[in-house]
Amino acid sequence: MLAFLGRRVLIAIPTIILISIFVFGMQKLLPGDPVLAMAGEERDPEVLEYLREKYRLNDPIPVQYLNWIGNALRGDLGISLRTNQPVLELIGQKLPVTIQLAVMALIIAMVIGIPAGVLSAYKKGTWIDWVANTVALSGLSVPNFWLGIMMILLVSVQLGWLPASGYRPLSEDPIQSIKTMLMPAFVLGTAIAATLMRHTRSAMLGVLKSDYVRTARAKGLSERVVLVKHALRNALVPIVTVTTLLFGELLAGAVLTEQIFTIPGFGKLVVDAVFNRDYAVVQGIVLCTGVAFIAMNILADAAYRVLNPRMKDQ
Amino acid sequence: MTAVTDPRTTADPTPAKSRSRFWSKFLANPAAILGGVLVLFFVTVAALAPILPIFDPTATDWLAVRKAPSAEHPFGTDEIGRDVLSRMIWGAQASLLAGVVSVAIAVLLGVPLGVLAGYARGWTDAAISRVTEALLAAPFLILAIALAAFLGPSLTNAMIAIGLSAMPIFIRLARAQTMAVMTEDYVESARAIGLGHIALIGRYILPNIFPPILVQSTLTIATAIIAEASLSFLGLGQQPPAPSWGSMLNIAKNFLEQAPWMALYPGIAIFLVVLGFNLLGDGLRDALDPRDH
Amino acid sequence: MPMKKTLGLALAFALGTTALQAADLRIGLQEDPDVLDPDQSRTFVGRIVYASLCDKLVDITPGLEIIPQLATGWEWSDDGLELTMTLREDASFHDGTPFNADAVVANIDRSQNLPESRRKSEVKSITGVEAVDEFTVKFTLGAPDATLIAQFADRSGMMLSPTATAAAGTDFGLNPVCSGPFSFVERVAQDRIVLEKFDDYWNADAINFDTVTFLPIPDTTVRLANLRAGDLDMLERLAATDAPSVKNDSGLSYAEAVSLGYQGITINVANGAGADNPLGQDARIRKALSLAIDRNVINQVVFEGAFAPGNQSFPPTSPWYNANFPLPERDVEAAKALLAEAGFADGIELEIQVANNPVQMQLMQVVQAMAGEAGIQIELVAKEFATLLRDQSAGDYTASQIGWSGRVDPDGNIHQFMTTGGGINDSGYSNPEVDRLLDAARTSTDLATRKANYDAARAILEEDLPIIYLYHVTWIWAMDQDIKGFTPYPDGMIRLEGVTKG
Repeated sequence: MLAFLGRRVLIAIPTIILISIFVFGMQKLLPGDPVLAMAGEERDPEVLEYLREKYRLNDPIPVQYLNWIGNALRGDLGISLRTNQPVLELIGQKLPVTIQLAVMALIIAMVIGIPAGVLSAYKKGTWIDWVANTVALSGLSVPNFWLGIMMILLVSVQLGWLPASGYRPLSEDPIQSIKTMLMPAFVLGTAIAATLMRHTRSAMLGVLKSDYVRTARAKGLSERVVLVKHALRNALVPIVTVTTLLFGELLAGAVLTEQIFTIPGFGKLVVDAVFNRDYAVVQGIVLCTGVAFIAMNILADAAYRVLNPRMKDQ
Repeated sequence: MTAVTDPRTTADPTPAKSRSRFWSKFLANPAAILGGVLVLFFVTVAALAPILPIFDPTATDWLAVRKAPSAEHPFGTDEIGRDVLSRMIWGAQASLLAGVVSVAIAVLLGVPLGVLAGYARGWTDAAISRVTEALLAAPFLILAIALAAFLGPSLTNAMIAIGLSAMPIFIRLARAQTMAVMTEDYVESARAIGLGHIALIGRYILPNIFPPILVQSTLTIATAIIAEASLSFLGLGQQPPAPSWGSMLNIAKNFLEQAPWMALYPGIAIFLVVLGFNLLGDGLRDALDPRDH
Repeated sequence: MPMKKTLGLALAFALGTTALQAADLRIGLQEDPDVLDPDQSRTFVGRIVYASLCDKLVDITPGLEIIPQLATGWEWSDDGLELTMTLREDASFHDGTPFNADAVVANIDRSQNLPESRRKSEVKSITGVEAVDEFTVKFTLGAPDATLIAQFADRSGMMLSPTATAAAGTDFGLNPVCSGPFSFVERVAQDRIVLEKFDDYWNADAINFDTVTFLPIPDTTVRLANLRAGDLDMLERLAATDAPSVKNDSGLSYAEAVSLGYQGITINVANGAGADNPLGQDARIRKALSLAIDRNVINQVVFEGAFAPGNQSFPPTSPWYNANFPLPERDVEAAKALLAEAGFADGIELEIQVANNPVQMQLMQVVQAMAGEAGIQIELVAKEFATLLRDQSAGDYTASQIGWSGRVDPDGNIHQFMTTGGGINDSGYSNPEVDRLLDAARTSTDLATRKANYDAARAILEEDLPIIYLYHVTWIWAMDQDIKGFTPYPDGMIRLEGVTKG
């Protein structure tokens, strides 16, 4: 196991370097000089030139990259050109928010997706199966941002049930925090519920055909016990794997949802940073989400191996 | 990752028989038929846009700004007095085009790279795989936003950005399929009799990886249509006065209270067409899956 | 039963929040401010936060007269080269550092000499500043500068604690220390900026809130939804299209003021190769474009009639507006005639770049449709704002839809745009006579002389048209009906003196 993890981490290193080069390069190709973009109405050429020198934007791009990666390795991701705040501090402020949103979305997705998948496998080929399937795919087909807007219009403005924004950290005001996160988590959760449902369904289909389910039924156990205790438990392996991967995706994937519900997480930070050419922030976040995504992949593989020891090294 | 097809799906040696079995399975699935009908409907509407008896989608009317649905304008008018229905019909072209073209870009770039990686193995494979992983780890939408910002906001550039960000799925899929096909006995024997690389790939590999690529393409079109809408929503897709559903929503969000119809109908249209592609892709996958009898 | 319980809960919640919110004011902002250092900052929205955080040497009235704030009085020498200010003796900074003449000297030094300072051009005329005594300060100027006092009513006049600037250097913005009615507590980027009442503030009696929280909520619809839901007490920059519904809402109140700035189409007349086209070379075509546009219809269609149509660098309500050139009526025939005269009887095609935000796109589509009827086919090139700005300053454009947030002194709206080599003269416009008039207007302290110079410059610009002005934004605030005593100012700031809640 340790050897497996070690090897996966080693393989991840060139991938992370590639991501960093990729993001850095793309940033540098973006039109609109960051210093000019920051300047807004105040475009004193002398000051702009001073800032370019100060942030070493006049250096050749490879030199800039080496500089940045060197600092990053020492834990210094630079500062936001817009607010002068250190990027690491910004990430520290945003990460808990995005994790909270991802966890809540995942819970909602599991509550919807897993039972729907079990039911649809159990009733395979019947109208229940295809209705469940269509409903799940509907969740995947609604554009997040549109659903978000419609929910704000209905739930917040018309009915006044939940606040449209006004996020508070979980530690400061847990009730308000959960209330403001409920709608965005629902929007994200319904989208990934479909994926979870599909994987649950196919895992269950495999398990339901297996010998031990047949044995359990032969023993005269009730269908509920067979389904939940025997079948679902055995189908959990791929479900856990896919859940871990979805979590990694959610960390980076909530861009528009955060924008709509003004949730101060990663997604909102990165969109604003791209538009403001706040390049140090973009690089820092993409590096972070990239690492998180790869870490989740490794975790998923590890979970798969732990839960399913029959699997051998590929 | 939602719908990566199982790499074990391989071709059946008797095409004619498998084709009829495919159709019987596909037609037995009401969800797949619904999907097919939805897709066909929107494709027809988009194709007929120039000859339908509708308003000019860019004709403005200062006296009919943000008017609620009526007999004259069944879906109402927009913020500068244009007919929402005819903008939606013309917008269908942009949205479908965005889906199809970006997937075409992803397939045309991704499949050759994937086949190359799976066929050549070794260093080529390692290099392509690392790049693919890096692309996968960079968040899709962030990548697309940055690319669209770099290239400048337009429908074409949005399609390029979406296509490039969707490419890794196809690289992975084509690579896995190629590797699976390469272990088949008939490929081994074809190699043994000295068939060249090109012939081998053309005769055995490409036909065998076609079905899963088709399934994946259908599902990715769905994702791409949503992605185009998302980019347009951020102002990086289709540019006015030309309509697309996403850019219509981008404007509409400022008038939710005064003109909810501006947001309602394009949103429903996106939902239906994406659902159509998802159901169709899902149905194709089930019908093409040889494991499942 | 459950209904009763909900009602009880709602009641308890309402009571609880009233008691709590009496002391806290929550303001929704359209953007997240940039760095909170008045010497380094460059956004309009940042100035809204400063209005509560940092006092200035002088302030303005809603009618744009200069009034005392940290300076209690001032006097010019006869040659206009010396300005002597007497200072308030009961003010201090949030960290306890006393406010005095030495503090002013240190602040002017920082605005002039901090390499990152964005205020350099605003205080360029000052060649020396000295503390005459503890509460008197004297500025020496290299040349007369009529704009200086107005600069002191904005960021250049904001006084920062010299102790804090010396300790923090360029990081001052992470923990700003000024002398305004509220002091800095915390900032979470893109989420909130929290200030608390400064008990030693010289005018503390006029301040009725214990804390102020600024919440950036960029989406106008969402911002309004938050106000309606009670999550905000007030918001700035309400969308003009939402104005009627706010006015009709008995739970909300509404305030507005025509801004000091403008929106228009800047035309590249001599900024590199981008100027090499009929629009850039022939003023008749620019005039035709201007005539093809119905500014009143734009205001009705795009802004529900809430904004002020305009055709000059100052709004028609400004004392600096030249009444000899009133808002032009739309005249399609005259536009066509001008085009024909310029050799384009069959119409002309031209390209205008525009920022890809929904409101500016809507505006330009209306312009596009209007110009089309006069034979001017406009191709809109949507660009992201950062790209638009880059292309504009590089001269890589034909025409560009852009605006200016406006300054208290008229000079700030025109000099740097219209003089040869001006800091933001992206149009590349150059006319020695306009240079002379605008230079004269900025150095004279006599209002009538200044007005005559601006009027004369306008007459020339009316013919040359390097910028086609379209309208002036109206700042619109919406607030809970419990908020009383708010005064709208044309600079768009939110001044909390005398504002109460409930």
